[in-house]
Amino acid sequence: MSRVDRTRMPVPGPARSFIFPTMARRQLANGLELRAVSHHSVPVTAMVLLVPGGTAIDAPAQAGLMSMTADLLDEGSHGSSALAMSDRIARLGGDLDIEVSHDAATLSFVTLDRYLDEGLTLLRDVAVTPNLAEDDFERVRQLRLERLKQLRDLPGALADRAFAQVLYQSHPYAQPGFGTTSSISSLQVDDVRRVHRQVFRPSGATLVVAGDRPALALLDAAERVWAGWQAPDESAPGVRDRGRLEPPALPAHALSTWHRPGAAQSELRIGQVSVSRATADYHALLLLNAVLGGQFISRLNMNLRESKGYTYGVRTGFDLRRGKGPFVLQTSVGTGVTVPALREALDELRAIRDARPVTAEELARAQSSVALGYPRGFETVQQLARGASSLAHHELPDTYFEEFVPSLMQVTLDEVHAVAARVLDPARWAVVVVGDLEQAGEGLEGLGLGAPAPVHLAL
Amino acid sequence: MEIPYTKVTLDNGLDVIVHEDPQLPMVAVNLWYHVGSKNERPGRTGFAHLFEHLMFEGSAHHDHGYFEPLQRAGGQLNGSTNADRTNYWEVVPTGALDLALWMESDRMGYLLPALTEAKFNNQRDVVLNERRQNYENRPYGLAAVALAQALFPPTHPYHWITIGQPDDLRAATLDDVRTFFSTYYHPGNASLTLAGDVETSRALDLAAQYFGDIPRGPDPPTVVVPDGQAPSASLLLEDRIELPRLYLAWHTPAMFAEGDAALDLAADILAHGKTSRLYQHLVYERRVATDVSAFQHSRELSSLFQLAATAAAGVSLDTLREAMLAAVRDLTRDGPTPDELSRVATQVEAQFVYRLQTVGGFGGKGDQLNAYNVFRRTPGYFADDLRRYTGVTADDVRQAVGHWLGGVPSVMLSVVPRGRADLAVAGATPVEVS
Repeated sequence: MSRVDRTRMPVPGPARSFIFPTMARRQLANGLELRAVSHHSVPVTAMVLLVPGGTAIDAPAQAGLMSMTADLLDEGSHGSSALAMSDRIARLGGDLDIEVSHDAATLSFVTLDRYLDEGLTLLRDVAVTPNLAEDDFERVRQLRLERLKQLRDLPGALADRAFAQVLYQSHPYAQPGFGTTSSISSLQVDDVRRVHRQVFRPSGATLVVAGDRPALALLDAAERVWAGWQAPDESAPGVRDRGRLEPPALPAHALSTWHRPGAAQSELRIGQVSVSRATADYHALLLLNAVLGGQFISRLNMNLRESKGYTYGVRTGFDLRRGKGPFVLQTSVGTGVTVPALREALDELRAIRDARPVTAEELARAQSSVALGYPRGFETVQQLARGASSLAHHELPDTYFEEFVPSLMQVTLDEVHAVAARVLDPARWAVVVVGDLEQAGEGLEGLGLGAPAPVHLAL
Repeated sequence: MEIPYTKVTLDNGLDVIVHEDPQLPMVAVNLWYHVGSKNERPGRTGFAHLFEHLMFEGSAHHDHGYFEPLQRAGGQLNGSTNADRTNYWEVVPTGALDLALWMESDRMGYLLPALTEAKFNNQRDVVLNERRQNYENRPYGLAAVALAQALFPPTHPYHWITIGQPDDLRAATLDDVRTFFSTYYHPGNASLTLAGDVETSRALDLAAQYFGDIPRGPDPPTVVVPDGQAPSASLLLEDRIELPRLYLAWHTPAMFAEGDAALDLAADILAHGKTSRLYQHLVYERRVATDVSAFQHSRELSSLFQLAATAAAGVSLDTLREAMLAAVRDLTRDGPTPDELSRVATQVEAQFVYRLQTVGGFGGKGDQLNAYNVFRRTPGYFADDLRRYTGVTADDVRQAVGHWLGGVPSVMLSVVPRGRADLAVAGATPVEVS
């Protein structure tokens, strides 16, 4: 046995090449686009239906309507009950996930390969022919109202709501997708039926199937089940992309607070309206974020956690949507260090755009980290189906995955510096503090953000 | 269905398990130490987890953060501690396997020379933040603390939860770290799995090369479990919440013991999905609860079965308690229907298949091989484990529920909004947790 040379660490060898899965496509006559990814591994199938139209389509007085509609999809179909639907899912060993983002609804179903046809049928019944019955609506609404009561005890959720409201104001991205007590109380089951007719239609929707069969077989199976989906003709689709309206340039307040007497920690958010996923700076932003707060070894985490011990963790992200999404820094810190933690965080954000720009070493490290780790995102059928649907959602080319690493490696230091100066603009930052302000509040005025303004949140 | 593997035990006692799966150009390294919060002593609770944090702060030959070289190489990594074990994992590009093993072996062999008071104090602060964020500042977050304290007598290793008590974390010293390391962190108390894009012979060579010269330590002391259980209790905890919640808990057989799998299925029958008995009855039909949950929390020394339901506005926890106990009684009397049993068995089987998709990380194939190796002494227990579930009959469920959940719950815990003790189960005793 050879002894190990502990005076030097092994230098990693070259990356083994990786062939990204290819996607097959088929456009159905009804307007639905099918995509399939073949994955020879375990007999499991994942399917994702992506429908444009998310919480941004809600009228302000009806915030939560789109997500209520999504909640009701699996409450029974073709007249059979919600319990029958739940039983059907369980008997396929399935896992159904319905998610509504700001810009789209995504229905994901995972099942065993042997239930591919049953799974496709089940997903169709959920998306296309839900009962949307009055009694189920009332029950789901009541549960939603109970959850909204509980919201006031979830400091992270309060901080997220306050942050969106302060940044986006009257823009659709300001609205709480889950709704408020008043908006949910005002909804009628007919509202849900109307939104379902407007949003759930084949034109513009994408169905992805990933599984352990040839791509053509997956497409054929999907077509057999989904070709008959016809849009209701009596209603127009309506605007499904309201997130693309121009958001306000400046936040309503620079520093907003929500007082929770006796809170054990302070939840912090710092950020601004940034750019959309269509930005030409995508790869540079990804690298900037990796250096700033996207990884454990990022500047912010190394400072606030590993050096100062202020937090269990801090992270940043560019939430790149179809419209201009936010850049946000989020963390939870000890009450007593709220102000010093904010000061350090603000310093790091400012420094990366002028005093301490990203170094060549940091850029090389971020490129290496992101590029070499990239194949990890292609392991399970769930990942493949989600990946293919995200290409559809953001209108990215089929060659996107294989072009990702080369594009990432081409980003130069100058580009990262330029993008940092452009997308991080202190004049546009909003800071939110949710915590015990009697313990944590002293010194907030001294941050140079003006007087703290208590945020008025409708819950 | 199985996870093919090769297992070799090095002379120093380290178990090395290899599973080949070249689908991704990645190798998953997974290392278990058979130590958790059950190995702590009263007055030093939370220490195993605090120690886990120190494992990421550098070792003798790389006295810097553990994350930097591995993240730069495209790796992903993490660790976790529970009552029974501590695990560490990296998923790295194939070319960085040497690096991962060099680092993993350096902290197994040479952690202490790099340890400083400053690192220790910093990570103690980080863990105190973690505790406040995930327990104190989270609704119902302290219920687990109250349950553990009430279920087990003070000297029982499950009397405290893994995150520990703040005063104990503050009392911990560098000497505690040194003693803990030499007692538990050595090859004879560890199990290493390499899964993914690596040939078995090369994997075994590398494991021997990097870990082979780390000396074996003494066998860790046996965990002492005191005789007798804490007396049954009905407790009341006030919290910053809006809706009261009732927890019922019973002592049940240890992980993998007779009855464990049947109780797992009983939990699904009671509270998993809309068709489960309690959801259907309390949330769907009567609408007196907003959510229900049930699980058999399987652990090495003994398990606990926990039922919980959150009351809808204006509903008393006494109403929920009666309905929950009635559901248990019904299951004891009649057992599950064939329909119910086939439904939950299909779900379990599917979950086993889904688990085969991932090589690394928490719950990936590497982690599963280590779990079976550490708790069953055979990494190849996957198929037997699945059979534990597919072989359960309706009568097995009926008998297990009747035997283990038949009596009054060991602990009933009413968690109520501050100032609303009147909402608790009648006769509940107030309890304080820090």
